[in-house]
Amino acid sequence: MNARDPRALDVNGLTIRTDQGRTLVSDLSFSINAGSRLGLVGESGSGKSLTALAVLGLLPPGMNASGSIVLREAPDAPGTEVIGATEQRLTGLRGRAATVVFQEPLTALDPLMRIGGQLAEPLRRWRGLRGPALRRAVAEALEQVRLPDPDRITRAYPHEISGGQRQRVALAMALACDPALLIADEPTTALDVTVQSEVLALLDGLVAQRGMALLFVSHDLAVVSSVTDHVLVLKDGAAVESGSVDDIVRRPQHPYTRDLVDSARHLESALERIVR
Amino acid sequence: MSERTDLNPGPGEAAAAMEPAPVVDSAKEAPATRTRRSPALVTGCVLLGLIVATALVSLFWVPYAPEDTTGGRLTAPGLPHLLGTDKLGRDLLTQLMTGARIALEAGLGAIAIGAVLGICFGLAAGFATRWLDDTLSTLLDVLIAFPTLLLAMLMVAARSASLSSAILAIGLAMTAVVARLTRILVKRVLAQDYITAARTSGTSWPRVITGHVLPNIWPTLVVNLAQQFGLAVMAEASLSFLGLGAPPPNASWGRMLQEAQATVFTAPTGVIAPGVLLVMLVVGVNLIADGLRDTLDPTRRRTR
Amino acid sequence: MTTPIPATPAPGPRAADSAILAARDAGFAYRGAPPVLHGVSLDITAGRSLGLVGESGAGKTTVLRLLLGLTRPTSGRILFDGDELRLRDREQMRRFRRGVQSVFQDPYSSLDPRQRVSGIVAEPLRSLGLSRPVARGEEDPRVAAALEAVGLPADAARRYPHEFSGGQRQRIAIARATVCEPRVLLADEPVSALDVTTRVRIVDLLIELKETRGLTIAMVSHDLSVVAALCERTAVLEHGRVVEQGDTASVLGSPSHPYSRRLIASVPRLPSPKSP
Repeated sequence: MNARDPRALDVNGLTIRTDQGRTLVSDLSFSINAGSRLGLVGESGSGKSLTALAVLGLLPPGMNASGSIVLREAPDAPGTEVIGATEQRLTGLRGRAATVVFQEPLTALDPLMRIGGQLAEPLRRWRGLRGPALRRAVAEALEQVRLPDPDRITRAYPHEISGGQRQRVALAMALACDPALLIADEPTTALDVTVQSEVLALLDGLVAQRGMALLFVSHDLAVVSSVTDHVLVLKDGAAVESGSVDDIVRRPQHPYTRDLVDSARHLESALERIVR
Repeated sequence: MSERTDLNPGPGEAAAAMEPAPVVDSAKEAPATRTRRSPALVTGCVLLGLIVATALVSLFWVPYAPEDTTGGRLTAPGLPHLLGTDKLGRDLLTQLMTGARIALEAGLGAIAIGAVLGICFGLAAGFATRWLDDTLSTLLDVLIAFPTLLLAMLMVAARSASLSSAILAIGLAMTAVVARLTRILVKRVLAQDYITAARTSGTSWPRVITGHVLPNIWPTLVVNLAQQFGLAVMAEASLSFLGLGAPPPNASWGRMLQEAQATVFTAPTGVIAPGVLLVMLVVGVNLIADGLRDTLDPTRRRTR
Repeated sequence: MTTPIPATPAPGPRAADSAILAARDAGFAYRGAPPVLHGVSLDITAGRSLGLVGESGAGKTTVLRLLLGLTRPTSGRILFDGDELRLRDREQMRRFRRGVQSVFQDPYSSLDPRQRVSGIVAEPLRSLGLSRPVARGEEDPRVAAALEAVGLPADAARRYPHEFSGGQRQRIAIARATVCEPRVLLADEPVSALDVTTRVRIVDLLIELKETRGLTIAMVSHDLSVVAALCERTAVLEHGRVVEQGDTASVLGSPSHPYSRRLIASVPRLPSPKSP
């Protein structure tokens, strides 16, 4: 009965409530096929980050999810329901089926541990690497995210490298166990514009090269449209519109999407006139 | 808009980069509405009120003179001695009433010293340049490490065993704690943009302190001071217990506890009564502090 | 919904052409650390708003702190109306504060949570000794006018900051900065913490204030669109040096320095509105 199912992530009727009964995300449904990409766009309070956290079973205390979230490591593997899964089951899922890169890599990395050590941890845990093989894998992982001078980075502490470099390290850690789905939650928002474009290009290349599915969460429609092909627009915890990037950006249907696109275009217009 | 739920983020929290976008999207509107009067405040006021009333009454009237030992030793509660007598035949109710006064005096006196000196030192350290701050901080650390008991003994040696010696010792010990807390709170507030905004608005430093710094550190400070008040009362009781507090015939609750400990099984009222009052006072003041913090903080007071 | 923002707004009245505020060869170093600014020279002239762009760590915020009179440059000078700014000269500082006000990035930390909006907005009036006697329980009419000018409801004055959204809080901050009718508004990333739709409205508000009040803005921003919309002049900072400055149209339109070029090329753009 386990027919091939192409969906790496299948979210159905996801609702997130606080313990006080406030609904933060309501009846959200979407799916991402293996190897394809979806952008989750919304302003603050739209529930986009909560949705990303819920997929990994990482909702903060005081919030609970209902509905269904199914993660699938490979198209022929059985799917795993995240909602209601035990912590043990989730730990097995994180890293393999899906990993996440957060906005602020400084808080995602242990400040008291050298980069090499942090990067080695998932490799040791998931791929069972030891000794020289582990060291080689760490060096490869750093090369893969195009970090210059991997030797120095391996020995450095998180505060000793730049924000862009930290985000590359976080990306390397996320990719270390070859996940089926990569969740990127505002991964470039804290970075400078020039660094942002480099990290986006890197992310784009790595996801394509590995055939990973990507869930890209951002408030910035322009950034989302540069890495994904489909977009889901969220407002106040509910989906307002979804479709291809082209359709959403060129022919937004919902008034809110139109407002979002118009605002972005309005801001761009001044620059457009000068630059082009 | 990205939100900052914590209005006083920790000192180590680096200024967020370009956009402090949230991990949790909608935590902003999360706090529960709290519109009714704080029950903690009411309960605290009642408890403290009872003790204050007792202390006030004791200024004008007590059932017996404190030195009056005519009642017979260790009588059980009843008439004519409502709560019985101690091993010297003194009326327990009388002692408890004067003890309330001494406890409040000790608490208020120590708080006054600790708060005034502590806040001044804390402000100075909070505003100071690196060098002065380091010096003051080291000084405070030493003072905190210095045992209150030792301080009290030195104080008694230098002056004499009296309530004021005990208050002075407790107040000085408290100064260090209050100063250190004030310093951290001040540093935290000074890192906020509204301080810079005030300065670029042309606000002078004294007005920045009275208008922005003190109001913002006050709620945390007041809760801490209330806790310190409780500790001061306990400390005075302990010092009296050790004979380093107010000398007889002053009936401090601590002294009463000490004197009654030999007869705790034959006449338990002698231990229970001052013990209960001590707990009432400490709990009452702490409840008031909690309630005050809630009512002082506009972000808790009203919600949309 | 919106008319495009003109790329270079018509310059305001050019009556006073000499700089209101200027940096002359200003350098800055923290004690015992290598300098973060080297020989920065900038002019803020009436009606010619200035945008400071560059990546994090380039020294943008330090320049702003010098121009705000919060820190003294370790070399060089800051000039106000042609006179050297002396932080200890009370009389000059009072004139300076009256003429130069500021807006910050984070509207959550820039408003004192324990003051009512009326108190916040009235602070410059009180501090600069501009208060006028009003009847007990009455507001200074200038506070109400300032709130109205930034588009806040009349009852806003009695409320506390936490009752407002991020965009509204930024409006409160702008009301505070404009209540004493300053000539220059120094702003540190004034819209970058805001959602896109809110960002547009705040940019429009600032444009309106420029036009109706003759306000000159000097702004640090990483968002080139916002700079293009608001500033007639642009200075590009890299590693504590001004590498390029001039009219926004020429700096952003035909950048000569490689860093400026890279910066402009990195700006994420929406796909063009027309279908290909």
